[in-house]
Amino acid sequence: MSVAVTIETIEKRFENFPALRGVSLDIQPGELVALLGPSGSGKTTLLRLIAGLEQADRGRVLFGETDTHDLSLRERRIGFVFQHYALFKTMNVAENIAFGLRSRPHRARPGESEIRKRVSDLLELVQLQGLEKRYPSQLSGGQRQRVALARALAIEPRVLLLDEPFGALDARVRKDLRGWLRELHGRTGHTTVFVTHDQEEALELADRVAILNDGKIEQVGSADDVYDHPATPFVCEFLGEANKLPVKVVGSLAFFGDRPVLGGITQNQGGLASLYVRPQHLRIVDETPLALPGTVEHLRRNGPLRRAEVAVEGLKKRLDVDLASQVAPAIGERVRLRITHGNLFAAA
Amino acid sequence: MSDTAPPFVAAPVRRKSAHGESLGVRIALIAVSLAFLLLFLALPLASVFVEASAKGWEAYRAAITEPDAQAAIRLTLLVAAIAVPFNIVVGVAAAWAIAKFEFRGKNLLISLIDLPFSVSPVIAGLVFVLLFGAQGYFGPWLQAHDIKIVFAVPGLILATIFVTFPFVARELIPHMQSLGTADEEAALTLGASPWRVFFRVTLPNVKWSLFYGVLLCNARAMGEFGAVAVVSGKIRGLTNTMPLHIEILYNEYMGAAAFAVASLLAGLALVTLALKTFLEWRFGDEIAASRRH
Repeated sequence: MSVAVTIETIEKRFENFPALRGVSLDIQPGELVALLGPSGSGKTTLLRLIAGLEQADRGRVLFGETDTHDLSLRERRIGFVFQHYALFKTMNVAENIAFGLRSRPHRARPGESEIRKRVSDLLELVQLQGLEKRYPSQLSGGQRQRVALARALAIEPRVLLLDEPFGALDARVRKDLRGWLRELHGRTGHTTVFVTHDQEEALELADRVAILNDGKIEQVGSADDVYDHPATPFVCEFLGEANKLPVKVVGSLAFFGDRPVLGGITQNQGGLASLYVRPQHLRIVDETPLALPGTVEHLRRNGPLRRAEVAVEGLKKRLDVDLASQVAPAIGERVRLRITHGNLFAAA
Repeated sequence: MSDTAPPFVAAPVRRKSAHGESLGVRIALIAVSLAFLLLFLALPLASVFVEASAKGWEAYRAAITEPDAQAAIRLTLLVAAIAVPFNIVVGVAAAWAIAKFEFRGKNLLISLIDLPFSVSPVIAGLVFVLLFGAQGYFGPWLQAHDIKIVFAVPGLILATIFVTFPFVARELIPHMQSLGTADEEAALTLGASPWRVFFRVTLPNVKWSLFYGVLLCNARAMGEFGAVAVVSGKIRGLTNTMPLHIEILYNEYMGAAAFAVASLLAGLALVTLALKTFLEWRFGDEIAASRRH
């Protein structure tokens, strides 16, 4: 299958601030890709570059085989949904959605009845039938978002680009819309790229997640890939939670101080390393040769999860441990922790 | 309880409103404002109309229908009809450039737009005499080509444009800046041409600010005296606008006639005010909405 969008070693600098530093990414037709990263990581800049709202200093963006450099915004045929929707406030919902069709050059413009039909189809698609005559100021945040989406879809875009699509909505609406967007994508099959700083959103929605940090892509992969097999320490710390242990690798064993804590290491990297362990990969055990002794200092509850903070001698930060069993330790109790899974990165 | 506890009960003896001002202060403030408005605005305005009708309806009609008065009215309308559209176009362009682009010298441009407000109108008029007058920089060249600017209609228009330029731009700039560029970008990604973006998105978004600016610009264009007085030469029937005509009549002790023409200008001010108030009342929600988002 051919590639829908190819991003080739893009560099972009604003005044003295390098926003993107050599970013490459292939997006397959029909794929739903999330650009995930902290603020300032360059994700929105990358999205605007794909849209043609910014020009790259170096590198290329290809749609299929076509270099987009010489394409006008109209020729690019991009569906862009802005973070705050940018609905035209002097037009009602129907006029907003029809704007793209009415903006076509005379020869390519569909007739009025055709436009009306398209608008009503799109309103049905985004479940806003009956709101044609409303103005944006008379809509809720979630409704505005869907109008913006319908407006972007009206021009039959090659690629749908969403900038923080749920950023301006409250938590409950966000959850609802997330499921709805996933379903809509399944139905319409548009190649879609969206920007988010919310990892939960990215992992749940996207076929693939590209994690950006400091103007570079750290890792691209499915949700399982990036969560279970983080390629860099940044990804490990950014996605979910992770305890960090300084260790020394000798042979197949990782030592914390002079105590072996993890075995069976096959990666060929002796010497100093950082071991990242998620809270759910620490288990309180009775006796085992590979165990880390510590003292329970805090117990917390977060929804269904119970968690202990365990102080370990020689480590400044307490370790977060998810409690799987029903029996919780008491505060002050001495426990032994076994690491069931960890990610090892050579110390920089 | 110890006896050093704060004396909650004994604290405020005098009652105060939630805003903190006593009733007396509020009454005094309102009275001062009203007295000022009455003394400096309502009273003079009323006296214009009283003086205008002092010699009866026939004299009033004669004063505004005599040929020189008619010429002054026509000239005033002509000057406004050219200066106001010109300032709309240039003002919108300047506001657009300042609000939507980043460029060097932007702050300088903003200060320059304010210049006509900070310069005395008389100076503004003199500048044009210096440039285009017989002894001015371009004077000989203009004379050689038989083009008259100073002491002619083009000079009046130039001076009026200069003085009234800031009204439109100053209304638009803060509004456009607050709107940002997302709407325009959205329209462009939807395939709209730049002209369509401007006429269907940008202009409708700021139409109320633009309208206020135009109202104020027009009122000033018709009422401007200082700059116009310098470049006019005050040739009756040719280069006299209404404000100049009024002054001449008044200097010639034709008070009733002067006030009759003045009442037309004052009437224009009242119509402007009424129009503005009506629009705010009628389209208040829409105006608020267009400024909010």
